Amino acid sequence: MGFVNHLPTRRELLVGSGALFAWSQMPRIARAEGRDPRLLVVVLRGALDGLGAVAPVGDPDWVGLRGDRALVLDGKPPALPLDSFFALNPAMPNLHRLYKTGKAAIVHAAATPYRERSHFDGQDVLESGFTKPGATASGWLNRALLAMESGGRVDPRGSRALGIGSVTPLVVRGSAPVMTWVPQKLLPASEDTQNRLLDLYQHTDPKLATVLQARMKLASLGGAPGTGDPMSDDPTLMPPGIARVRAYFAEAAGTAARYLAKPDGPRVGAMGFVGWDTHIAEGAASGQLYNLLGALDGAFAAIESNMGEVWGETVVAVVTEFGRTARINGTQGTDHGTGTVAFLIGGALAGGRVIADWPGLKPAQLFEDRDLKPTTDLRAVLKGLLRDHLRVEEKVLADAVFPGSADVKPMGGLVG
Amino acid sequence: MSNSAKAEAVLALHRFGMGPRPGSLAAVGTDPRGALIAELDRPLALSAAASLPTSAKAYRTVADANARRAARAKQAQQQAKKQQVAAVPTAPGDQAQAQAQTEGQAPAQGQAKDAAEMAAKQAADAVPDPGRPIYLQEAKLRIEAALAADIGFAERLVWFWSNHFCISAYKIQSMSGAYEREAIRANALGHFVDLLLAVEGHPAMLFYLDNLGSMGANSIAGINRSRGLNENIAREIMELHTLGVRTGYTQDDVISFANVLTGWTLVPPGDNPEHGGEFTFNPRLHEPGGQTVLGKRYEQEDAEQGRAVLRDLAAHPATATHVATKLARHFVADEPPPPLVEQMAKTFRDTEGDLKQVAITMVSSDDAWRGSPSKLKRPSEWGVGMVRATGITVVDPTRFTAGQELLGEGLWRPSAPKGYPDDEASWIDGIGRRLDIANNFAERVAATADPQGIIEDVFASQIAPEVKQAVGRAESRQQALALLFMSADFQRR
Repeated sequence: MGFVNHLPTRRELLVGSGALFAWSQMPRIARAEGRDPRLLVVVLRGALDGLGAVAPVGDPDWVGLRGDRALVLDGKPPALPLDSFFALNPAMPNLHRLYKTGKAAIVHAAATPYRERSHFDGQDVLESGFTKPGATASGWLNRALLAMESGGRVDPRGSRALGIGSVTPLVVRGSAPVMTWVPQKLLPASEDTQNRLLDLYQHTDPKLATVLQARMKLASLGGAPGTGDPMSDDPTLMPPGIARVRAYFAEAAGTAARYLAKPDGPRVGAMGFVGWDTHIAEGAASGQLYNLLGALDGAFAAIESNMGEVWGETVVAVVTEFGRTARINGTQGTDHGTGTVAFLIGGALAGGRVIADWPGLKPAQLFEDRDLKPTTDLRAVLKGLLRDHLRVEEKVLADAVFPGSADVKPMGGLVG
Repeated sequence: MSNSAKAEAVLALHRFGMGPRPGSLAAVGTDPRGALIAELDRPLALSAAASLPTSAKAYRTVADANARRAARAKQAQQQAKKQQVAAVPTAPGDQAQAQAQTEGQAPAQGQAKDAAEMAAKQAADAVPDPGRPIYLQEAKLRIEAALAADIGFAERLVWFWSNHFCISAYKIQSMSGAYEREAIRANALGHFVDLLLAVEGHPAMLFYLDNLGSMGANSIAGINRSRGLNENIAREIMELHTLGVRTGYTQDDVISFANVLTGWTLVPPGDNPEHGGEFTFNPRLHEPGGQTVLGKRYEQEDAEQGRAVLRDLAAHPATATHVATKLARHFVADEPPPPLVEQMAKTFRDTEGDLKQVAITMVSSDDAWRGSPSKLKRPSEWGVGMVRATGITVVDPTRFTAGQELLGEGLWRPSAPKGYPDDEASWIDGIGRRLDIANNFAERVAATADPQGIIEDVFASQIAPEVKQAVGRAESRQQALALLFMSADFQRR
């Protein structure tokens, strides 16, 4: 073990004296190498606009592409500089801080092998790890855990995976057992869902549209519906608003971290956040996307703080099924696209950089003249994390975890 | 099956049934009217109900627990007081100390009283309330009957009559489910008069409408105790259950009818472990002599007097119109077509209130099928419909009833004897809440429920193109399902 030659830290003392049973359940990987890595996967459902999250402010075609919707360094609020080329959405000061201290990395112009534009199929490919949708009912994270177990790298009793939410994300489903935790807070229907429903009502049922609109207006004013209603203090009836979304993200992510931090807890987990399908009024600098990214940034802070002393052994991979159109559409939003970003955070990362083989933004450089062209296979990133962080063998990664990915080499150097 | 046949089958399920579920289109087939009518010949009784207590047994169980609770509370209170007496200092020293104690006396006594009350409350709370688990078991049985029905027309009729003759679980939780089984379900497809007699003679209704202690001024008990009449049930029977409001009965009719019903009560559970909670006619409470109700003299001496009035109310033409209007309003439209109401009322009059025949008249009339679906489903129908669409047949009654309560239609909990309203204006403002519930439900079922599959298989694609498009473009299955369940096609029938 790595720490026998120095004075024990407080945690080592606790482990050594008071938690023998828990120690016995720890993955063997820890005993073998003095490491005890954690991996949390966060799926952003709905397709995150990578360009709205991490803007290529150094690209000469950037402002021309998005016009006054483009995030820029002298914008209001100003984007947060990452390097000479990229800048981060101003809603994410936590991520920016982590990046500056080397505990976060951003992969840009990345995508899964999926090239169509259906959310369901895209998420299926992202989470199953297969190249085609509908191929299997298990996820790559679960199969990675199985591989570790059969290789004797994890104690069988400590080999459960963690799923957060009332629906276990596909990425973590499979034959390795999954423990699940459901957040106490009822996630309100997202602003996006409400907008879509309103649009649907406006085309099919004006009366219902009027009622829904009134409710949304009330929510935007911050008032509770039905004042004087004896049940109005019920959290499920609170106005849907970004405050509730923030609270939900922070609770769900923070709880995942608490479980993963436990000495005898699961070592891998997954969760999903919805609401990223910003077709109408995307609001990257102030609005929908800005608010959601802010909530995600709050979730990062909750993870960092609840991981506590195991933060240094943590990697969080934040991925989405595909990106969005490079240009703004007719309703001040973006439509389904291809290349996008992935966020990697955690104390174990060798971060502080944007990893991108930048394809450019000229019309001919865009994928099908509409989307950011994917130049990095997201599987390379994930395989790199699984190989170097969880120590899953490369051959297993190519055969069982991401079948048919032998020619997609794991990206090295992601963890320090 | 042609598109128009499919459309009529889906309409049959939404308007007259519990909503489409996997396999229900096949059950409706090409003759929706025939299929609806055929369902009325199947038994309505719930086989699983054998494991549930009768209303009287449920009532006794709760009464016993209440008695135990009161005893424990009293014991705990006495004990707490004893301990406090022992703790009070008895020998005051000098003047200042005595002064201080006197000043401190009042709050200290207050605290002692609080502590005793706290102890009593804790001791009482330690005795579990059996009413809630009984309610939940009954709820589960009822909801799952609606989920399991091929079409659900008969179950919808049970729900209709249960709401027409509502009681409230706020007041009488223990009996609320058993009441529906014993009085409503057993008679919902029989003759109205039998339904009426079962309902008004049921202990739950007599309890709910305050008749247990109603006594004639000249009855034995009335003379001895100087107490009297409670008009509540008599008025509600005429106004809500039979004739309808402003149909010609007077305040004198109400008083006479209330006198007729004195003595209709239940066996007190305290002194009768075998029959406590059952209906009984108590002659000591009954106002002696004949009574005149709606111009007719009733001379009978016992419960027969009340039964005779109820029989005449059931046969009254105003009752036929009232019932037909309410049924048509519930199933067809907030403002039902007058010819449809008249056909149904005529069947009611011609068949001595044969409720199955009235239901058959309704679904056989073209007037019941005309018009675009404009009726807003009540929260209970909408909620069950949502679960049915996914093919789920087993529910957690705690979660389900909580959801229904959030939507303002708590199961067996209307706020007044009038029951839940049946018009759009009463429910439309709850659409926002429905969205929260739909969103939450969709999240829970998104792993297994396929929105496209539901549209194609369960709804036979009989859904507006705008909805299909919105579902197809949704960012997640959860969102797709929420939009589908919130669509006007799913909210209206």
